[in-house]
Amino acid sequence: MYKLSGVVKNYKKGRGTVHALQGVDLVIDDAEWLAIQGPTGHGKSTLLQILGGLDRPSAGTVDLDGVNLSRMRESRLTKVRARSIGFIFQTFNLIPTLNAAENVEVALVPLRVSGSARRARAEQALLSVGLGDRLRHLPSELSGGQQQRVAIARALVKEPSVLLADEPTGNLDEGTRDEIIDLLENLWVERGLTMVLVTHDSTVASRAQRLGQMNDGRLTVTPVSGQARQPGPRPTLG
Amino acid sequence: MFFTYLRRELRRRLRQATFTALGLAVGIGLVITVTAASDGVKNGQAAVLHSLYGVGTDITVTQPPVAGASRATTFGFRQQIQAFRHGQIAAGTKININNLVNTQYGTLKSSSVAAVAGLHDVRSAAGGLTLNDVTVTGTVPAVKSGSGSLASSFTTNSFTVEGVDVSNTSLGALSAATMTAGTGFTPGEAKADDAVIDSNYAQQNKLKAGNTVAVGGTSFKVIGIARVPQGGSPPDVYIPLTRAQAIGKTSGASLSSKVNTIYVSAASATTIPAVQTEIARALPKSTITDQDNLASQVSGSLASASSLANNLGKWLSVAVLIAAFLLASLLTMAAVARRVREFGTLKALGWPSWRIIRQVMGESITIGIIGGAAGVALGYGGAALIGKLAPKLSATVGTSGAAPAAGTGGGVLGSLLRNTPHTVSVTLTAPVTISVIVLAVLLAIAGGLIAGIFGGWRAARLRPAAALAKVE
Repeated sequence: MYKLSGVVKNYKKGRGTVHALQGVDLVIDDAEWLAIQGPTGHGKSTLLQILGGLDRPSAGTVDLDGVNLSRMRESRLTKVRARSIGFIFQTFNLIPTLNAAENVEVALVPLRVSGSARRARAEQALLSVGLGDRLRHLPSELSGGQQQRVAIARALVKEPSVLLADEPTGNLDEGTRDEIIDLLENLWVERGLTMVLVTHDSTVASRAQRLGQMNDGRLTVTPVSGQARQPGPRPTLG
Repeated sequence: MFFTYLRRELRRRLRQATFTALGLAVGIGLVITVTAASDGVKNGQAAVLHSLYGVGTDITVTQPPVAGASRATTFGFRQQIQAFRHGQIAAGTKININNLVNTQYGTLKSSSVAAVAGLHDVRSAAGGLTLNDVTVTGTVPAVKSGSGSLASSFTTNSFTVEGVDVSNTSLGALSAATMTAGTGFTPGEAKADDAVIDSNYAQQNKLKAGNTVAVGGTSFKVIGIARVPQGGSPPDVYIPLTRAQAIGKTSGASLSSKVNTIYVSAASATTIPAVQTEIARALPKSTITDQDNLASQVSGSLASASSLANNLGKWLSVAVLIAAFLLASLLTMAAVARRVREFGTLKALGWPSWRIIRQVMGESITIGIIGGAAGVALGYGGAALIGKLAPKLSATVGTSGAAPAAGTGGGVLGSLLRNTPHTVSVTLTAPVTISVIVLAVLLAIAGGLIAGIFGGWRAARLRPAAALAKVE
């Protein structure tokens, strides 16, 4: 699925340069669950953004299903994000003026899905995350856990092949964290997603199949023992 | 989704959107009010000028008086004055002299009228004679030969007379008039001793249709009373041009086959400059005046209002409008800055830049349209207020107490007759036209577009990663 070769990312900061990624090599198989851990500021989120096409590497290549994302034009990259990649953010990033269903619909707008089909799919997505009775609620009327469920529904409503989550439980309490991770795991199994999850929480990281450690922009990946579940085949769109 | 998102976002920042719309409303309302007031002032000036030069007249052609003619004019009383000075008329002799004289302009041949009428882009032309009827009465005093002042011994009465081309009354001084009694001229009356009297003059002198009035020593029958629209300083008496030419004098000479004003109607407003050029070529020594030139001769509070509306008013409304546009743009850019994370998320979800820009511009244009609607209402209100207050403005046409105009003559009789200025009152209106409303709508959309372009540009430049990294 993903193949990263010699990926480097540098940022200018004042007079100096920040070396966020220093020659990352990584292969992520289809339907694999990879967790990435590491101290703050060592490149975890940068790696995730490059995987998602939100940023471009300073050097190296990023292949997704044989297509080089690092050289792709912005307009095409936007279409790849629209169709194939789902994002979940630590701060949920819901549109505050839209209700739960409308927030989920927003992900289908670039795919030019008709209004009625959008509404139906959004409703189904929210049902699948247990928020069937919160369709018309604004984000300000939902708890943190509920908002993250809406964000998960939004990420998955378009049936992506990749789900990228940046600290999805970072703003949640312990009980809600477990609910969300359970939900993500179930969805991973049901849908055969390729999931990359950035977290500083070892409990969360231990649920993955493989664990990547980021240190000073360098990545080391090891298998995780104890993850018995396997993803099923990806369901086709009905 | 577009309209839902737009509506919800404007509701979220209702205060800011209202403030922006209000700013645009004030600017647009000011533009409408000032434009309406300016149009009202122009209408007032046009009414003043139409009464002077007639409806339908785009250009007037006159001739400056010949240099040195003033001394010889003396209203046709040169021989009498000489006789007075040399004692050839005995003291105690009663004097009653009535002359019809050309005092203001030089003269043009009547054939010039046909020449001008034949020019390209000229719809029609008509000739006229603007004259003064002067009557001097009194008793010759005992004065030493060659010296002394005779002025105090005589009484002078005068009134203005217009020789009208009765075959073309759609142009000229009578074209703006309506008959309040009797009839106007017909083409068959070119040689008749018929006169039309101005309604104010008729009232002052207790004249009505059927009476007679002496013009240049000839008795004319009053066939009608004419009222010129408000704002005029019309001639007192109108007679056929042919009769005016027959009995009038200029510098002691006959006015036969002469006119001193040609009224010209152009084919359209856009051809007026071209017509002026052609007339200047055909009559190189003439003075060619259009409505704008005439307007510059009008003084008084009407002229001040015109200056105020066109200068201060125009620039003030432009300045306020620019300020409103700038404010709208700044507030839109600030709103986009506050939504950086939101737009970054949308980009991460696969929204292309054009969709985000469209959203921002849609919000700005909506605010612009609301501001424009409010501005139209404000503008209407401002114009209605001017109409309700209906301030009266004065318009003065002509010199005031100045030295005698060239050609009026100096000496005894010249000192007895001055070119008296005419001040008339005009009620200011403020008409709001469809074109002004259309202008307001376009300004509103332009305001929204400009603000949207600035905001959309800022939104388009966002890099998703940078936008998502921003902490709110």
